[in-house]
Amino acid sequence: MLELDRISLSYAADGGRREVLRELSLTLETGQIACLLGASGCGKTSVLRAIAGFEPLDGGSIRLDGRPLSGEGARVEPEHRRVGMMFQDYALFPHLDVAANVGFGLRRLDAAERGRRVRDMLDLVGLAGQEARHPHELSGGQQQRVALARALAPEPDLLLLDEPFSNLDVDARERLAFELRDLLKAAGRTALLVTHNQAEAFAVADRIGILKEGRLAQWDTPYGMHHHPATPEIAAFIHREALMARRAQAGLRGAPSAAA
Amino acid sequence: MATGRFQAWPWHAGTALAALGVLAPILALMGQAGQGSGAHWSHLLRFVLPDVLAQTLGLLAGVGLLAAALGVGAAWLVTAYDFPGRKVLSWALLLPLAVPTYIVAYAYLDILHPIGPVQEAVRALLGYSGPREFRLPDPRSLPGAIVLLAFVLYPYVYLTTRSMFASQAAHLMEAARLLGHGPWSAFRHVALPLARPAIAVGLCLVSLETLNDIGASEFLGVQTLTVAIYTTWVTRSDLAGAAQIALVALALVTVLIAVERHGRRRLRYTGNRRAAPIRPRRLRGPAGWLAALLGLAPVVIGFVAPAAYLLVLALERLGAGQGPSPALLRAAGQTLGVSALATAVALAIGLVVAWSRRILPRARAWRLALPRLTTLGYAVPGTVLAIGLLFPLMAIERGLAALRAATGLDPAGLVLLGTPAALALAYVIRFLTIPVGTLEAGLDRIPPSMDQAARLLGENVHGMLRRVHLPLLRPALAASALLVFVDAMKELPATLLLRPLNFDTLATWLYAEAARGTYEEGAIAALGIVAAGLLPVILLARLLDRPAP
Amino acid sequence: MPIRFRALPFARRLSLLAAALPLMAGTALAAEVNLYTTREPRLVEPLLAAFTQDTGVKVNTVFVKDGLLERVRAEGAQSPADVLMTVDIGNLLDLVDGDVTQPVDSAALKAAIPANLRAADGRWFALSLRDRVAYVAKDLDIRSFHYEDLADPRWKGKVCIRSGQHPYNTALIAALIAHDGAEAAEQWLRGVKANLARPATGGDRDVARDILGGICDVGIANAYYAGHMKNAAEGSDARRWGDAIRVIRPTFRNAPGTHVNVSGAAVARHAPHRAEAVRLLEYLVSDKAQSLYAQANYEYPVKAGVALDPTVASFGPLSIDALPLTEIARHRKQASELVDRAGLNR
Repeated sequence: MLELDRISLSYAADGGRREVLRELSLTLETGQIACLLGASGCGKTSVLRAIAGFEPLDGGSIRLDGRPLSGEGARVEPEHRRVGMMFQDYALFPHLDVAANVGFGLRRLDAAERGRRVRDMLDLVGLAGQEARHPHELSGGQQQRVALARALAPEPDLLLLDEPFSNLDVDARERLAFELRDLLKAAGRTALLVTHNQAEAFAVADRIGILKEGRLAQWDTPYGMHHHPATPEIAAFIHREALMARRAQAGLRGAPSAAA
Repeated sequence: MATGRFQAWPWHAGTALAALGVLAPILALMGQAGQGSGAHWSHLLRFVLPDVLAQTLGLLAGVGLLAAALGVGAAWLVTAYDFPGRKVLSWALLLPLAVPTYIVAYAYLDILHPIGPVQEAVRALLGYSGPREFRLPDPRSLPGAIVLLAFVLYPYVYLTTRSMFASQAAHLMEAARLLGHGPWSAFRHVALPLARPAIAVGLCLVSLETLNDIGASEFLGVQTLTVAIYTTWVTRSDLAGAAQIALVALALVTVLIAVERHGRRRLRYTGNRRAAPIRPRRLRGPAGWLAALLGLAPVVIGFVAPAAYLLVLALERLGAGQGPSPALLRAAGQTLGVSALATAVALAIGLVVAWSRRILPRARAWRLALPRLTTLGYAVPGTVLAIGLLFPLMAIERGLAALRAATGLDPAGLVLLGTPAALALAYVIRFLTIPVGTLEAGLDRIPPSMDQAARLLGENVHGMLRRVHLPLLRPALAASALLVFVDAMKELPATLLLRPLNFDTLATWLYAEAARGTYEEGAIAALGIVAAGLLPVILLARLLDRPAP
Repeated sequence: MPIRFRALPFARRLSLLAAALPLMAGTALAAEVNLYTTREPRLVEPLLAAFTQDTGVKVNTVFVKDGLLERVRAEGAQSPADVLMTVDIGNLLDLVDGDVTQPVDSAALKAAIPANLRAADGRWFALSLRDRVAYVAKDLDIRSFHYEDLADPRWKGKVCIRSGQHPYNTALIAALIAHDGAEAAEQWLRGVKANLARPATGGDRDVARDILGGICDVGIANAYYAGHMKNAAEGSDARRWGDAIRVIRPTFRNAPGTHVNVSGAAVARHAPHRAEAVRLLEYLVSDKAQSLYAQANYEYPVKAGVALDPTVASFGPLSIDALPLTEIARHRKQASELVDRAGLNR
C-alpha cells in the first residue's frame, strides 16, 4: 500500500523557488492501479520522482507497505526502495541486449534463476525470443515492452509509469491500455501511472487523481469521477473528452453526429 | 548515402594527398632503414630491444592505467556530484595540459631531489640533519616516470570522458538505481561502459604522448623505444639503425590506434534524443570537502606544484634584476606564430579527412584506411619525423629551384627548408591525428538522418557542411584547435632540427638554458610555455561548460 | 577560413602558404657567416660576440641538437651553412666522412693547433680540449684515481654517471678498449653498472648535485662543468654543487694520461661565405679567443701557451693521454655496443 501524506515539493527556478506539490495526499491499496491526470507541467512527474527517491521532499512523508521512504526522518536510497519505474523515453541501456536489460535488476539471483525470470518476463510482455537483440534494433512499441519487462522483473512493491502512452500511435495506445491493465493485474502489481491522456487513464485505472496546481482536485474511481465530478471544471474536462470519443466513434460508423 | 561523384572527389583527393604527405617521411625512413645492415639489427634484437620494449610497454601500461583512473575518476566526480568549488575544479583539472612532460620531469627532479624542498621539509620533520642520513626513493625509475607522466597526461582522458558523461541521459542512471544498483554499481555498469569510446580516445592520446616523449623518459632513466632511437642515431651515427627501431615504434603505435578504433566502433550512439543530462548530487559537509580535496589533488600535482616551483625560480631571477630579454620575447612571438599556422592548416586538413570519410559510400574498403593513414604522423618521434621529412622537402626544394630557374627567377635560397613553413609542416604531420580523431567522433554524433534531411531540403554537400555540420562541430573544432595549438607550442625534438636560422621557440630556448644548467633563466621560458598554454585550456574549459547543441 | 581554401588539394594549399612567407635571402652581399653548431649556444656566444665586435662580421647561428650531418646533407648544394661546429671527435669525423666539409689551408690554423688535433688535409680542426675527470665527494680521502677503479667493489652503490651511450662516455670507453682491450672494457662496464647508485642518466652536472645530495660519492664528468659550478654566483645552486666536489684527473692503468675529447669545427662544403668562414676559424684559435675558451668556458685551450683559468689550474697539471684521437673514433661503435651488452643503461 502506498501512502502519500501531505507531501510538498519545490525546486529552484528564476532566483527563487517554485512550488510544484502542495501538501498532496493519497492512498493506494495494494494491487490497485492508479492514474494521475493533469496537464503538462502540473507536477505529476514530480510525484513519481519523489516516490522513486530522486527528489527530496520539502514536507510530508511517503510510506510503502508501512515502510517510510521519505519524510519522518527517513531518506531511503532509490536502490533500496523496491520501487520500479518505466520512463517516458524508456531509458533502455544501449550497450546491453534485451536479456541483459531485463535482467539488470536481478543481480541477487543466480544465472539460471535470472535467465528463467527474464524469459518469463519477455513472455509476459509478448517479446519471447528477442533476448539477443539490442534496443536500437527494436521498434518503439517493442522498446516500451522491454522497459516494462525490465521494471517488472525484480517484482517491485510499486511500479511507476511515466507517460506510457505518449510515444505511441492511437491504435497502439488503446491496445496497450487494456494489455497493461491485464498484465498488471495478472502480476498483482500495485501501479501508479501519470498521463495527460484521459481515455487511457479511464481504461486502465482503478483510481484516478486529477492534479491541479500541486494538489489533488479529486481522487476517485473512474465511475465516481464520471458521475460525481468534484468541480465544474473537472466535469467539463471529463465530459468533453468523452463527448469527443463518442463523436469519433459515431463518425466512423457514418451516423449523424449527436448534438454538442 | 551516395553523393554525386563530381562533388565528392575533391574531398577524397584531399584526403589521399594528406595521407601521402604524412606517409612521405615514414616511407623515406623505411628507405633509410632498408639500407641498414643485418648485423646491426641482430645486435639490437639481442641486447637492446627486449629490455627497451619491456620498459616501453611497462611505461605505457602504467601511465595508461593511472591516467585512466585519474581522468575517469575526475570526470565522474565533477559530473555526478556537486560540492564546494566544483565549477572551478571542472576546468582546473585541465591545467596539467599546459605543462609539457619534459618540464614536469625537470621540475620534479628538483622538487624531489634529496637536497630539494620536499625532502628538506621531510627531514626537518623527522629530525635528520642531512641527505646522507635519510632520503626518499629516487623518482629516476620506471615507477617514478609512470607517476609523473600520468599526472600530466590524465587531462586527455578527463577531457573526452567528461563531455561523454555530461551528455549521458540522467534517466539511464536513474533506471539503474531503481533496479537495485547503488551509485558505484550504476557507474560501473552503465556510465562507464557508455563512456568507453571516449575513454579509448583519451587513452590513445595518452599512450601516443608517452611513446613520443623523449625529455622526461631520458631524464628519468627509462629506456624507451624513443630514447633507443636517439642514442642509436646520435652515438652510432647510424640513421639506418635508428630508422629500424623507429619502425618498431610505429608498429606499436599501429596496434594502439587499432585498439582505440575497435573500442570506438563497438558503440555508435548518435544523440537522437535530447535527453536531460545527469543532475549532480549535492554532497554536504565533510563529504563535500573530501570530494573537493580529491579533485584538487591531480591539479596540484600535475600543475600547481611544478608551476609554483618555476615561478619561484623565475622570481628569484627577476629579483636579481634581470627581466625577460628581448630575444626571449621574440622567441615567444615566433612560437605563437608558427603554432597558429600549424593549427589552422591541421584543422583544415582534419576536416577534409573526417568529412571525406563520412560522405564516402560505406562499401568502399579504403574508406577507413585513408583516414587511419593520416594519423600515423603522431607515432613517429619528433626528431625522427623531422629527419624523415628532410628528404621529401629537399625533393620539393629542388623542384621549386628548377622551376625558378626555368622561369628566370633566382634559384638560390631555400623556400621551405629553413622557413617556418617546414616547421609548421612537421607540426601538422605530427598532430594531424588530433583534429581527425576529434572531428570524426564529433561527426559520428551527428545522425545520418540530419544529412538526409538537409539534402531533401535542397542543400548540396558543401552547403550542408557549412550550414549544418560546421555549427554542430564547433565544440569539436575548438577542442582540436586548442589541443593542436598547445602541442605545437610544447614541441621540442622536431623543432630543434627544423628551425630556421636565428629562430627560437620557447621550448628550444628552455632546452638551451637547461642544457647550461641555469634553471633560473629557463624557468621564465618554461613559465611562458605554461602561461601561453593556459589560455587555450581556459577557453576550452569555457566551451565545455556551454550546453551541447 | 573561407571554404574554398579548404577545398583545394593539400599540395596547393602548402605552396600557397610557403609563398606567403618571407623567402630566405640567399645573397652573400652583407658581411656575415652562417654557423651550424651542436654546442650549447650560451657556451659559444661569448666567442661569437667577440668575433663580431673585432671583425664586424655578423654571425647567424643555428643550434642543432642532433642530426647536424643529416640536415646539412639534406640541404645539399643550397645549404647556407658556412661553419660546422660540434663536439666529440667522432662527430667531427662523421662530418668529414659524410662529405659535407671542405679542406682548408691556413697557416694560422696550422701554427696554433698541434698536428694530432687537426686533419692533415684541413677538413677538421680541434678548437678546445675537454678532459673527462672524476668528481669525488669533498670529504673523501683519495688523491689519485684510475678510470678502471670505478668498477671496484668498494664503490658499490656509490657511483653516479650519465648515460653510457652519451658521446662523452662512449669516447672514454673507446679509449679503454684501445688501452685494455674489449673484453676488459666490457667487464669494467658490468662492474660500473653494479656500482651505480641511480640510473645512468641526466647530465654531468647532476653528478655533482647527486654527490651533494648524498646519493653517490664519486662520478665521471667533464672538467669544465666543475669550473662553471665552482665559479657560479655565491649562494646559487650551481655553486653549492661545485663546492661539494673535488676534481681528480684520473689516468689509465696502462697509460699515464687523462682522457680528453675535443670541440672542433670544419668549413662546410658548399659554404657561400668561405672567406668569412676561414676567418672565423682563425679567430677562434687566436690568443684572445682561446683565452675566452679558457676563461669563459673553463675548457682547456688547444693552443699552447694560453693562460688557464685559476680554477682549472687548481685541478692540477693535465697530461693528455697520448692515444691518437682517430684511434678513439675507430673504437667508438664497439664501445656503444659494449654498453648495450653490459646493460649499463638498464
